Amino acid sequence: MKLTNWRILRAPLMKATLFLGAAVVALAAGPAAQAQSKDPIRIGVISEAQSVAGSSIPLGAQLAADEINAAGGIDGRKIEIVSYDNHSSSAESVRAFQRAVNEDHVNAVIASYISEVVLALEPWAARLKTVMITPGAASDVITQNIAKDYEHNKYTFHGYLTSTSIAQSVCDSAKDLLVKDLKMKTAVIMSEDAAWTTPLDASYEKCLPEIGLKVLDHIRFSPDTTDFTPIFNKIEGEKPDVMITGISHVGTQPTVQWKSQQVPIPMFGVSSQATNSTFWKDTNGATEGVLFQAVSGPGVAVTPKSLPFVDAFQKRFGNVPSYCGYTAYDEVYYLADAIHRAGTTESDKLVDALEKTDWVGTIGRVQFQGKDTPYPHALKVGQGTITGLMLQWQDGKQVNLWPTEVANGKLKFPSFIKTN
Amino acid sequence: MLFWQILIDGFAISSLYALGATGFTLIFGVSGVLNLSHGALMVAAVVAAWVAGGDLAAGSYLGASFGVLVGLAATMLTYFVVVRPLQQSSKIREQEKEIFILTATLLWGIMIQELIAFLYTNNAKTVLPIVEGVVMIAGVRTPANEIFTAVICWLVIGLLWLLVNRTRAGKAVLAASMNARGVTLLGIELSWIYIAVWAIYGVLVGIAGVLLGMFLGVSSYSVGPLTASAFSIVVLGGLGSVSGSLIAAYVVGYLETMTAYLVSPAYRTIPALLLLVFVMYVRPRGLLGRR
Repeated sequence: MKLTNWRILRAPLMKATLFLGAAVVALAAGPAAQAQSKDPIRIGVISEAQSVAGSSIPLGAQLAADEINAAGGIDGRKIEIVSYDNHSSSAESVRAFQRAVNEDHVNAVIASYISEVVLALEPWAARLKTVMITPGAASDVITQNIAKDYEHNKYTFHGYLTSTSIAQSVCDSAKDLLVKDLKMKTAVIMSEDAAWTTPLDASYEKCLPEIGLKVLDHIRFSPDTTDFTPIFNKIEGEKPDVMITGISHVGTQPTVQWKSQQVPIPMFGVSSQATNSTFWKDTNGATEGVLFQAVSGPGVAVTPKSLPFVDAFQKRFGNVPSYCGYTAYDEVYYLADAIHRAGTTESDKLVDALEKTDWVGTIGRVQFQGKDTPYPHALKVGQGTITGLMLQWQDGKQVNLWPTEVANGKLKFPSFIKTN
Repeated sequence: MLFWQILIDGFAISSLYALGATGFTLIFGVSGVLNLSHGALMVAAVVAAWVAGGDLAAGSYLGASFGVLVGLAATMLTYFVVVRPLQQSSKIREQEKEIFILTATLLWGIMIQELIAFLYTNNAKTVLPIVEGVVMIAGVRTPANEIFTAVICWLVIGLLWLLVNRTRAGKAVLAASMNARGVTLLGIELSWIYIAVWAIYGVLVGIAGVLLGMFLGVSSYSVGPLTASAFSIVVLGGLGSVSGSLIAAYVVGYLETMTAYLVSPAYRTIPALLLLVFVMYVRPRGLLGRR
């Protein structure tokens, strides 16, 4: 278009814009002024929608919101989920967080399963005074930051286990399954180099010797690793009874190579991707025999709510939720519960109410540690709250082996694994 | 023991690099195109083979064939949708076309990558292996799949050599890489040579991708690193020189394997990149480069 034509158009365009603007303002101001208390409660969900684990976060949250709304909402207010894809990037997450709070006016945010992302968002939750709960990140630093500067960082809640509690859960189960039953004596720690594994490995180093597993070596590798042959060879040369894993960003590749190279040592520990129901398909069945820590499992009634949730999720979305699908679902429920108890969505009052959370969810009983503990706003773990599980892939299914009260199978290894 | 381990593992990975880089250097030699969507095409082949082998229950042979077919189709699409319109465009100046094609293929690769991540998530995928089990070679427990990979790579490279050096069509391709105008003077339609070369490239990309998917597995994140590794091998060997690329593939493959075993797997790619920088200083045209 030529410049002259544009000039002719400019005046009417401006008039139209002004008119539209005025109309929008009038429309927005009208109902807002009258019905503030009946406005929906808006929860922002920032997640890794392209990853198998992260894609369950918005779905779990939406399912919970729809259930609450179908039952009449919270004090007559509906819950609305506003979802953002962060492409697994911290920078995009920060932008999404700003947009969620400043433009979309959300009342609270559920964000990410990547520790680096949550650590990047934590100062923004503080600056924008908005409650943020993570359904899947694990780094202990998230709650350590709250301990360091409670007044400032109190808006962040850790809705999943910290690395330290995950390591403890792995050690507790290893004590029963490996040391007591299989008489294992030695282990090598194998973990990816990431924020969440630093405290995990430190706890492994501490708790493995306590249960009677001598740590022969500790291998940290780059999450970009594609060829695991040299790593497996090194570990095999040290002749440990078991490899204790700490992997999340990688999963398919080490598992497939472990099988194709027939590494005769069991893998036991954290393998986040193995918690996904699609992992069997992703690895073409190579995951047979892999043991992994989780907070939930198919067919495992951790609480009376676990199985109905999985059924509803599967019926609606056609697949099984990942671990952070469970936590995201619970988080919407206990956020709603806290808003109900607080009688407001005002952030400071909401923080007070969330701290008093006592909610039986799908992974156990949710209670947060107090502000005077080393990990304020971290989940309480252990008997009576959340214990965690140890599952194993067997013939295309995830079978729970520990704790024995909720076990639905027995330990079983593929033929290339050698145990004494 | 460690010596044999490095020798065997290094050979398998180097053979795969060689196959991947051969196609890349071939289209550069003949049509002057640096295809930065190389890695994306390989990943597309892997994901297709994974889908066919798993969701469609086609089995390992059919799955792998489907992967190669999709690799070929994606490559031809790249040529007809992205590369050819730019080459023939009269709106772009001749000397700027190379940079246009470079940018276009890079963006095209990112589009494929995002599409794959959107449809099939960014988790790593592996292709159902055709051969399973392990074989003992000199005391090293070697997956049969690793031997299979090396054998297929060399078989395909051998066939390519026969095609280029022993057939009439192949000789025309070779001639086009030396002097495109000369070939047209002999009455051979240059555009058909380009299509043939891109088709050969497509088959090579498909096979290399599927083998990589069986051997190590790839995710949508692998797109960049795969393109980068093919690019550095080709630059090291000399742009457009197939034999140079083959040598460079082994240099890089063994350098990486030795670093992974003797130093640390975390530093795997660093010495090869340093070597690349060094070669750029002392011999910018690469090991066997013609220009």
